[in-house]
Amino acid sequence: MKLEVKNITKRFGTLVANDNISLTLQPGEILSLLGENGAGKSTLMNVLYGLLQPDEGQILIDDKVQKFSGPGEAMAAGIGMVHQHFMLIPVFTVAENVVLGHEPTGKVGNLDLNAARKLVKKISDRFGFDIDPDAKIQDLPVGAQQRVEIIKSLARDAKILVLDEPTAVLTPQETDELMEIMRGLSKNGTSIIFITHKLREVQQVADRIIVIRQGKVVSEASPKASAGELASLMVGREVDLNTSKKAAKVGVETLVVKDLTVLDDRNQQMVNGISFSVHDGEVLAIAGVQGNGQTELAEAILGLRKIHSGSIQVAGQDLTKSNVRQVLEAGVGYIPEDRKKDGLVGDFTIAENLMLDGSFGKPFAKGVQIDFAKRDEIAEKLIKEFDIRTPSATTLAKQLSGGNQQKVVVAREMSRDLKVLIASQPTRGVDVGSIEFIHEQIVAARDAGKTVVIISTELDEVLSLADRIAVMYRGRFVGIVDAKTTREKLGKMMAGIAA
Amino acid sequence: MSKKKDLDPVKSGQDKATSVLHEIMSGDPVRIGLSILLGFLIGAVFMVVFDKNVIKAFEDFGTDPSYALSSIWWTVQDGYGALFAGSVINFGADNFVSAIRPFTETLRFAAPLIMAGLGVALTFRVGLFNIGATGQMLVGLAGATFVSTRLQMPIIIHMLAAVLAAVVCAMIWGMIVGLLKSRTGAHEVIVTIMLNYVALSLFTYLLRQPNLLLEENGGGTPKSDNPDGTARLGLLLGPDFQLHYGLIFAVLAVVFYWWLMEKSTFGFRFRMVGHNPSAARAAGIKVENTFVWALAISAGFSGLAAANQGLSVDGGLTTSIEAGIGFDAITVALLGGSRAGGVVMAGMLFGAFKAGSATMQVAGVSPEVLGVVKALIVLFIAAPPIIRAFYRLPVPGPKVFEAAQQAKAAKVIK
Repeated sequence: MKLEVKNITKRFGTLVANDNISLTLQPGEILSLLGENGAGKSTLMNVLYGLLQPDEGQILIDDKVQKFSGPGEAMAAGIGMVHQHFMLIPVFTVAENVVLGHEPTGKVGNLDLNAARKLVKKISDRFGFDIDPDAKIQDLPVGAQQRVEIIKSLARDAKILVLDEPTAVLTPQETDELMEIMRGLSKNGTSIIFITHKLREVQQVADRIIVIRQGKVVSEASPKASAGELASLMVGREVDLNTSKKAAKVGVETLVVKDLTVLDDRNQQMVNGISFSVHDGEVLAIAGVQGNGQTELAEAILGLRKIHSGSIQVAGQDLTKSNVRQVLEAGVGYIPEDRKKDGLVGDFTIAENLMLDGSFGKPFAKGVQIDFAKRDEIAEKLIKEFDIRTPSATTLAKQLSGGNQQKVVVAREMSRDLKVLIASQPTRGVDVGSIEFIHEQIVAARDAGKTVVIISTELDEVLSLADRIAVMYRGRFVGIVDAKTTREKLGKMMAGIAA
Repeated sequence: MSKKKDLDPVKSGQDKATSVLHEIMSGDPVRIGLSILLGFLIGAVFMVVFDKNVIKAFEDFGTDPSYALSSIWWTVQDGYGALFAGSVINFGADNFVSAIRPFTETLRFAAPLIMAGLGVALTFRVGLFNIGATGQMLVGLAGATFVSTRLQMPIIIHMLAAVLAAVVCAMIWGMIVGLLKSRTGAHEVIVTIMLNYVALSLFTYLLRQPNLLLEENGGGTPKSDNPDGTARLGLLLGPDFQLHYGLIFAVLAVVFYWWLMEKSTFGFRFRMVGHNPSAARAAGIKVENTFVWALAISAGFSGLAAANQGLSVDGGLTTSIEAGIGFDAITVALLGGSRAGGVVMAGMLFGAFKAGSATMQVAGVSPEVLGVVKALIVLFIAAPPIIRAFYRLPVPGPKVFEAAQQAKAAKVIK
């Protein structure tokens, strides 16, 4: 099936999210859509999937004009979508999930699960998915769940598959498997639109690359283009992808974690007796696939989550039983993985957000009253220093772009008198320009002799920042290794295989 | 990530509910103004439809249509004219004192509404829905009544002691809600509703006790004595007006609320918890304790309103002294967008309704119309889409909003 998107324009108020976008997808082609957050990729896909109506332009499938008023119609026309967050019911089996919404029925309207099982088996065998139709979703690893999502689309005869940031939740090995699956599907005639911001993957799998910037198709690139070239096209200027850093000047042991065990909200053991220590002037990166206990580890260090057993010390001070305020006052800075939830108050101004954890004393408060002059002075200073692009300090945080929001968080945490910086996913959902800047800041903190812990699921980030790398899997460290360790080895460790 | 919201039906449903709640509590002045206007318009329809003269005029519509139509106008003018004359200035009065008396009456009725309204507004801004102002007032009344009828003290000091007793008793009542919420996770809406019933029974019980609140030589009716002369809120403008010192307390409460919420570090933390409790927690704030303090301080404002009621009565007080203020306070807080200035204006509006309803009745308009107007205003505020549909206002949907912020961000970068 051939898909043509012709001159699609989609406006939101005065903003043109998609500006006269045209592209063609040939049968069996893997087209990669490359662009930064907010470039208009998701808008375009939502138009394609019937979730949004374009203001101008047309969608043609096999030269016939289509009008989708909802995802149902798009699906019927042969378009399937695999979202970044899976739309699966955890307690249902694979077969049940696959047929959900268009269940095969027997003679008296009863659910025909056998037909469903056969359907899953057929698709799974054909593409080598290796999926058991009777397995419950919650028992499957993430990579397998993603394959179930793909089966769901194929079961509805999708000829065009849209994969939206599909590798965000995968280990490097699972990513490789997904690439294989994509190639297999394309050989069988399924066209794929692959949305990502990871240049390496694009280079590996795409037949053609389309770069979108500020709502426009800026260019078409060949997968043979270098990562640097692709990044420049994406951002619109030269970018330096490598963070240069001097050799670490390692000082005294500052953060010491011993036999730490932490439970999650459902009393599942998420951190499983971890011990490690980090020195001044050193970056320890904790790598690993999302959901292996990194979040709980960071929350436990900060005092946000109760420690089940074990101990935490910062510069000799025991923080095992401390509350958040005591931990912050002991000199721990925290960049949370979800800035909108834990890092910012969207309805507060930038100036207010910059004093979020500073309301208890100087310099922001005089007694029980806020020192507004001081607050505004500090805000102006930090906005300059941390290159926060905003009309003014009184702009609401929610009105900023992701990158600038993150800079507000980074500015606040780094401007305090820190001993230890814990940064969880410091550049998630952040534009390339801001990634460069935030990485520089983190390296600067390390060079200034701070103890830095980075928690990241992005290997690129881990490799460019770390002095040592700890790989976390199911609540334990598989190992703590040198920063020169190869990608392949790290990938294996992320899947739980000790080095 | 944000785009994903549109795709997940469950999530977007939740988003809609929270965004509407935010819209309701945020109190956009334009929307509130339009809600009031629409409330008055529909109130006018009620007046016209049930007015005898209009009905009669329309029976003769065939012979004199212009008379029928003008009768509509005259009825509305008479009705709302009477409201104005009864609550702002009476131009028909024969001397200056009676001309401006309506406005002082509005102030007198507005004072307790404003004080209790500030209390509810405070909890709104911490993200809590405190509908317990009624109960907190009743408990405050018990304290004020005990001090003002059973204790002997010099003038002014006695009054201040009674006010303080009301505030402290109410705060304790409010604190109970906070503690139940933070320690057991009980929802404040349920707890406050139930505590309203408890408070009513408690106050009635205390009013029946001869050694506590029951009036001297009192019988079976739960009723107290008049507050001692030394404890009464004195008249502010002399004997020609009923306006008393309660207004001063209201003004002080407004100033304190404004300082607390906008200038102090407590208010900053209150607002932080209200907007984003998990960010507040990560910033080292004890969210549970903040709830307890917010509910206690909120109840303190209701206690002030209780003192205003209990220390200004003639002829002893019964449970009816609460006068529905605790419930109206919720409306006042909503209408005022939980801001000091807004609450003052909303309290004045509702005070004017109370002051003007008698003159409306004299003018032959049923004062129930005002009840309808009041209820409709709240209804419209609680359902923003109605107001948007009526006035054809644009929807502040997430997409438009997101686009607007992207546009802004794009501009900045250029």
